Amino acid sequence: MSKIDYQHIQSAHCENGVTTGLLRHHGMAEINEPLIFGIGSGLFYIHIPILKLNNAPIISFRILPGQIFKRSCNLLGIKIISKNFRHPQDAQSFLEKKLNEGVPVGCRVGTYHLPYFPPEYRFHFNAHNIIVFGKDETHFYVSDPVMDFTSILTPEELSRVRYAKGLMAPKGYLYYPDRVKPLDLNTLKSAIVSGIKRNTRDMLYIPGNIAGVRGIAYTSSKIRIWRSKLGLRRAQLYLAQIVRMQEEIGTGGGGFRFLYAAFLEKAAEILNEDKLLTASDSFTEAGNLWRNAAVEMAGIYKGRLVEQKDFDRVADMLMNIYNIEKQAFKFLSKMKF
Amino acid sequence: MKKDEVPQDITFLTKITKELCYVKNETGKYESALSTGWQVKHEALVEAWEDINKNNEEALKAVLKGEKSPIYYFMLLNLMDISLLASYTGFWKFTIRRHMKPAIFNKLSNKKLNIYAKVFDISVEQLKNITKNE
Repeated sequence: MSKIDYQHIQSAHCENGVTTGLLRHHGMAEINEPLIFGIGSGLFYIHIPILKLNNAPIISFRILPGQIFKRSCNLLGIKIISKNFRHPQDAQSFLEKKLNEGVPVGCRVGTYHLPYFPPEYRFHFNAHNIIVFGKDETHFYVSDPVMDFTSILTPEELSRVRYAKGLMAPKGYLYYPDRVKPLDLNTLKSAIVSGIKRNTRDMLYIPGNIAGVRGIAYTSSKIRIWRSKLGLRRAQLYLAQIVRMQEEIGTGGGGFRFLYAAFLEKAAEILNEDKLLTASDSFTEAGNLWRNAAVEMAGIYKGRLVEQKDFDRVADMLMNIYNIEKQAFKFLSKMKF
Repeated sequence: MKKDEVPQDITFLTKITKELCYVKNETGKYESALSTGWQVKHEALVEAWEDINKNNEEALKAVLKGEKSPIYYFMLLNLMDISLLASYTGFWKFTIRRHMKPAIFNKLSNKKLNIYAKVFDISVEQLKNITKNE
């Protein structure tokens, strides 16, 4: 069998990385991770109080898995082929067929059984993305965009992670862009503008109070009552969960805010629009403030700061971030492109 | 975050890989940089694992006292809940709850034990003979 000449690209986030890697493989050299993240309007905030992950509320700083790839490819005018398979054998033979045709393929996998992952990071998380780019007699070649090296997996190991069970079970899901044409500048420009507009709409006008910028204020109000409602230990673990969602491998730091700021900087250059640099600075500031808040939260979960006033201080910091992000998106929504 | 502020702390990642983050360089432009990890979030992960390990120890005690069957302990050890274990084994949740009772567990067929053992990546012997050394 064959090994495709695929250039491994490390990225902050797996889905951005797979999208960037596949598009660059098909000749779109101008595409990079911040562009994909911004065009896919990846920035988000949601606090889901009812659903629990590891006994703490789910807080996400990005949109749903799969959306970045779909939105960015759509806007760039690229056709996507994606498939699920009921039977693992079918999933594997289809993958092998594409590899024989010389097509690297994106696969959604669970992380719990990924042998090359650090053991402490192996949770039942089923929305991880990797690129499979070859196979020999015994192994598949795998490019995992969050790692700085490529890996190999046996067919059994690959099948196991492609058929991980539970929430968002991948069911052998694979995807790849089809018939990629060279990118023209106008398509890129209009994709960037659409990405910004959609992200602005999602963050400012999504209904309810748990998502978009208002979700940040919601979390802030919750942080004020966690200590008295849940007890100190549980409240500490909830804050630790926020920091993990915000900073764990994948966000590029500051809950994707730096990545979005990098996108706006690139967008300013491509669209020749200096106002976008002002917006970029706001998101850099937001990212820095998220990291400052994480330092304060660490003080609480490490037991150095355990009073109600410490929780209130974190809540105040989040309200400040809420205001900055709201202003930044309002600024973007008023821009004429 | 500026390029010279990229944390290079010793974390679970350090020996295995580096993670990519986006930072401002000397000229105020964004570029990517590699980090071995950040103490602040490393501690968040450590806290999460301490919570998990504490629950696992309590589960082990419950099994050794004869209150629960080993399936309960190995389920938690594999970070699963009953729904997830049901998806992996193909048993109903109701059935799994029954199998968590020691009296019923002791009468389980080897075939059923094998299904659990395979999901937990252990042998049937390990599943049946749980000790304090686990």
